[in-house]
Amino acid sequence: MISLNGLTKVFPGGVRALDGIDLTIADGEFLALLGPSGCGKTTLLRTIAGLETPTGGGVRIDGHDVTRLPPGARDLAMVFQDYAIFPHMDVTANIAYPLRIKKVPRARRTAKAAEVAARLALTDLLHRRPGELSGGQQQRVALARAIACHPAAFLFDEPLSNLDARLRLEARTFLKRLQRELAVTTVFVTHDQAEALALADRVAVMSQGRMIQTGSPAEIFHRPATTFVAAFIGSTPMNLLPAELTAGALHVAGATLPAPPGLAPGEPLTYGVRPEYMDLSRAERPGAFPGVVSVLENLGTHTLVTLDNPGALIQLVVPEGDEPPLGTHVWAVPRRSLLYRDGLLHDTPAPSS
Amino acid sequence: MNLVRHVLGRLATTAVLAAVLAFFTLPMLWLATAPFDATPGITTSVPDFTLRNFAAILDNPYALGSIRNSLIQAGGSAALVVVLAALAAYALSRVRVPGRDALLYLLLLLSSVVTGTAAMVPVFELATRLDLIDTHLGVILVVSSGLLPAAIFILKDFMDDTPTSYEESARVFGATPLQILRHIVVPLVRPGLATIAVWALASVWGGFLFQFILLRDPDKAPGSVILYTLYTEGGSPKLDLISTFSLLYSLPVVAMYLFVSQRYGFRFHGGIKR
Repeated sequence: MISLNGLTKVFPGGVRALDGIDLTIADGEFLALLGPSGCGKTTLLRTIAGLETPTGGGVRIDGHDVTRLPPGARDLAMVFQDYAIFPHMDVTANIAYPLRIKKVPRARRTAKAAEVAARLALTDLLHRRPGELSGGQQQRVALARAIACHPAAFLFDEPLSNLDARLRLEARTFLKRLQRELAVTTVFVTHDQAEALALADRVAVMSQGRMIQTGSPAEIFHRPATTFVAAFIGSTPMNLLPAELTAGALHVAGATLPAPPGLAPGEPLTYGVRPEYMDLSRAERPGAFPGVVSVLENLGTHTLVTLDNPGALIQLVVPEGDEPPLGTHVWAVPRRSLLYRDGLLHDTPAPSS
Repeated sequence: MNLVRHVLGRLATTAVLAAVLAFFTLPMLWLATAPFDATPGITTSVPDFTLRNFAAILDNPYALGSIRNSLIQAGGSAALVVVLAALAAYALSRVRVPGRDALLYLLLLLSSVVTGTAAMVPVFELATRLDLIDTHLGVILVVSSGLLPAAIFILKDFMDDTPTSYEESARVFGATPLQILRHIVVPLVRPGLATIAVWALASVWGGFLFQFILLRDPDKAPGSVILYTLYTEGGSPKLDLISTFSLLYSLPVVAMYLFVSQRYGFRFHGGIKR
């Protein structure tokens, strides 16, 4: 178990990369640290690894305070974004390197490297140098090296971001299966929300050095705690529309919806609805957003439709074959929506129709 | 018309290049022929072939010993320069030191003074006080100090180009700083180290001034100083001995260049290929 309390890192020069992070990662859990670049997620990972020293707060691993311990004494393995496999060593020597540091005899090292390599389909490459490997193979070597030292936890710093799109999907599935089989606590840094949702048991969303929301991928996707998370999560960005509450009704982008309870008129509200959670209607319906079809983007099995609405742009996803012609007047009917007050999730408004 | 101009242009270029080439080649040619000539002059000619000059140079009491001295002094300096420069460059590359670049440029500027004529008297004075006159160590220390700044400067560039994630990766696995240096950094910058070693060795091999000043005893003098003694009492050069000794003296350096260039290749920039 890894627990962080009040972890703070201020770089010389005053940049506050981590701002009071509290987080507990359970044994065997796969946690994704998600956020835009510069949000502090890599600094957090490096602080757990011991490559950065926090300016406040502490790190505990399995109950031991490791805040001041050097990286090598923490029993962790890290996979870097550029893999950092040593170019002057062959695959065997690379995988066996952690064991070489632990002074394991050469024969045992080689045997262990071969065993791990077999698991990652690297057996035929054991005598190659990293320069002779493809990106995916290099990534697996880095993974094998991390596995070979039997750490208490894996730390992954965007290990899939240097792979091309198709390979990344394969590697993702492979990584998830491997983590489940090994059941080793894993912290995975990524800026790709789809990757975080797909891989993790729990996602921690960061912004500007703070933890914004932690929760299961489903929670994060269905109930983003802030408009920041709402805008960040999802392959197609959520529609976030300014809303106005008057006595008894909520006015959003030309639609009138029933007023949610517990809010006073005049408060700054944002109405959020995912493009996937809206239906297309060719006739006017109560509680539906009117708009003119302005852009059609083919997503394969679906099409992303952008509507020009007098107040905003509204996007919705329709099944293939159901695309409205460009320039026509249509209505978007929300099925599942969220309401934010001052950027924070308020409560789910009642279904609109 | 155009074709004629083109041909004339090519001819002119070739002629100029040939003249320049000849200018630089003739001394080499002289070095290749004169040692085998019974009566060498300062011109290059087909030699009146003989090996007598080699026998004569071996009879010189200092000739062979001086090559040994050169090996000790140049080898010692190269080893010292490589080890110290590697450690300093690694530290300067990885640790943030305020005013680091200014320090490096200042050192580089001063290095030409340390081993230049300007510092000749103080360096001699210092060596005398430290009892380093007539010792190999004295020569090694003085010439190394002159080479170190440039060596640090070049090696720092190699170190800068080596991604820190290699070292961080090793650190997370528990490697100590010395293990990281031995297992990771030194192998990665090996072409740089080889370049510096060869450059330092060649510089000291051909160096004259400080060897001449610091060594009074001809038994300790390196080849570059002994070459200067191959004159008649009247002060005219013994061209047969000078040419023969020059040839012998240059062979180890040429051999080393070929060996290192084949083994590591020379690079002045860039630690690793990516």
